[in-house]
Amino acid sequence: MAEFKHRNIIALRDLTKEDMELLLATAENMREINSRDIKKVPTLRGKTIINLFYEASTRTRTSFEIAAKRLSADTVNISPSTSSATKGETLADTALNLLAMKPDIIVMRHAVSGAHYHLAKKVTCSVVNAGDGAHEHPSQGLLDLLTIRDRFGRLDGLKVAIVGDITHSRVARSDIQGLTKMGSHVYLAGPPTMMPPAVEKLGSVTVCTTMREAIQDADVVIMLRIQQERQGKTLMPNAREYSRYFGLNPENLKLAKPGAMVMHPGPINRGVEMSSYVVNGSQSHVLKQVENGVAVRMAMLYHVCGGELE
Amino acid sequence: MNLLIKNGRVIDPSQGLDEVADVLVEAGVVKEIGTNLKAPAGVHAIDVAGKYVVPGLVDMHVHLRDPGLEYKEDIVSGTKAAAAGGFTSLACMPNTKPAIDNKAVASYIINKANTEGFCNVFPVGCITYGMGGERMAEMGELKEAGCVAVSDDGRPVANAELMRRALEYARGIGILVISHAEDLALVGEGVMNEGFTSTELGLKGIPRVAEDIATARDVMLAEYTNSPLHIAHVSTKGSVRIIREAKARGVKVTCETAPHYFTLTDDAVRGYDTNAKMNPPLREADDVAAIKEGLRDGTIDCIATDHAPHHLDEKDVEFNAALNGIIGLETSLPLSLKLVEDGILTVNQLVEKMSCNPSKILGISRGSLRVGAVADLTVIDPAAAWAVETEKLVSKSRNTPFIGWKMKGAAACTIRGGAVVFSR
Repeated sequence: MAEFKHRNIIALRDLTKEDMELLLATAENMREINSRDIKKVPTLRGKTIINLFYEASTRTRTSFEIAAKRLSADTVNISPSTSSATKGETLADTALNLLAMKPDIIVMRHAVSGAHYHLAKKVTCSVVNAGDGAHEHPSQGLLDLLTIRDRFGRLDGLKVAIVGDITHSRVARSDIQGLTKMGSHVYLAGPPTMMPPAVEKLGSVTVCTTMREAIQDADVVIMLRIQQERQGKTLMPNAREYSRYFGLNPENLKLAKPGAMVMHPGPINRGVEMSSYVVNGSQSHVLKQVENGVAVRMAMLYHVCGGELE
Repeated sequence: MNLLIKNGRVIDPSQGLDEVADVLVEAGVVKEIGTNLKAPAGVHAIDVAGKYVVPGLVDMHVHLRDPGLEYKEDIVSGTKAAAAGGFTSLACMPNTKPAIDNKAVASYIINKANTEGFCNVFPVGCITYGMGGERMAEMGELKEAGCVAVSDDGRPVANAELMRRALEYARGIGILVISHAEDLALVGEGVMNEGFTSTELGLKGIPRVAEDIATARDVMLAEYTNSPLHIAHVSTKGSVRIIREAKARGVKVTCETAPHYFTLTDDAVRGYDTNAKMNPPLREADDVAAIKEGLRDGTIDCIATDHAPHHLDEKDVEFNAALNGIIGLETSLPLSLKLVEDGILTVNQLVEKMSCNPSKILGISRGSLRVGAVADLTVIDPAAAWAVETEKLVSKSRNTPFIGWKMKGAAACTIRGGAVVFSR
């Protein structure tokens, strides 16, 4: 049986196709647990998982916490407002203090890209990345893969459009790493101000100048969140104009293949990157993504703890 | 202070000398260069057959961190590291605490270096008070106190009008302006070079054009005001091109690069190695090629280290939180000798870029072994094989991406004013 050899899951960039297939297969098994009346198995009983969130998060933190609890692990949530971060303690010192309490896994979200590699050098427990800066968000990447595979039965050969601020998106990076390794073709669209240099060198990635080009005949359209506070300064005139050229609405969605999937990592700015008609429409898989998120995170926690696929 | 250095290959581009000869040093000055010189009574003779004897190396871009930041480096440890790297002179940058924007700080540095240092120290004063970019510092008094140039190194003079006036005023005083060429708006919150690596690592990029624009601006101001200008730590293809074109037009511009800019690319940042974080950032392969070409064709006058010591606590942190800079004094010579091995520079050109040219640009009476000159000499063993090891570094700080590297070439002996200040 396939074996998961990684102590940490920090980036899909570090995983092979086989690693990801194993995680997805385990996630499919975990889904069965989530559909039971009593949604709990003793798999990680006696394991301690710390959710260390330096950035605000509702769904990811909740999802990781539920995933841990369904596997009977004990969880502790730490967020910056209640932690020593405000007292000027370094990440390394915080980590070493937490480590002294013998956790098995630290699930961390941090605003600095690569912070998890720094953490992993300091601790002996497993490190799972719940999002680092503009680098990666591997659990989101994996749940996107699972959600797409549920619909098509495969990932190979699919045209997947990702639209929005690619430069600042950790979701985009994990999606690109995951999708291209699984054989999908990724088409990126967004204003050139939001397109990182040489991104096409990441794999089967095509950079499009218009949204039409990217979503034409796409099997999947992934829309990214646009924030007026961030992108509004120099990357675009305003949300109104952004929406006009890079927003998904029922009309331009018709360019994609009939029945194409629409996805979004959330939280959605309704009326900016996506119209409510699309969010609420039959092609939207947004809530399915959230549902799969729990199963994928259960699989991640399970495998970094040394579990094997049964 | 008497010494006979026998049988070395004496390379002194300042007098077109490159031959196996003996060098006699008496009373701290070069007394005679010739063959089969006899050691006068009481003069110690050393045989350096197979080694190069060159004018003492000069590093025109060093951060000694003294006064104020002695936990990173101080004048003693920094000059000791310099001597170990083959340097007999260095120019130290003014971003100390307090900054070198007044006579008192400049005098403190010179006095401490004279009494406790292992090499000559020439301070660089500030262009503006406290490097604040608002008001010109008293360049006249700084020069009188012994400063050899002015710079706000670490940050640019963002205001073009102020830079224009600083260039004009400095020309009147007769002091060189060294520009840290960087457009801060374009740098933004960038932490590494903007390119494929920054895309993959998700780190904010610093575009090369941020340096190019500032280089172009300052070159144009130097041209307009007919003032000398030196551009520090050139790292981009664009800057090299701009400076090459300006030199061809007769603009009085000189420049330096650092060994890391012709040795490493931004690939070194992979793994989020904070010892590969510096400003300007490591660039890409075509920039490295352009830097080498600039050194070869003479566009780039000097190799300087930008030796920037930082404490472990300032580097062993998340990438964005790490301070910019690496130490360089102890690795500059072998990394530069690699250019000779690779056929990019002749040994003579290397000596020019590491001794004669910086001396000329700073207007210090070094960089020559002419009879009567101060006996600052470096004996280079081009074949010495060694590895960079953390515990063996002389500098107080260990922030270098070259730990573990196998090096070829080293200073066998560093002689300042006729006295041996280092030998391996």
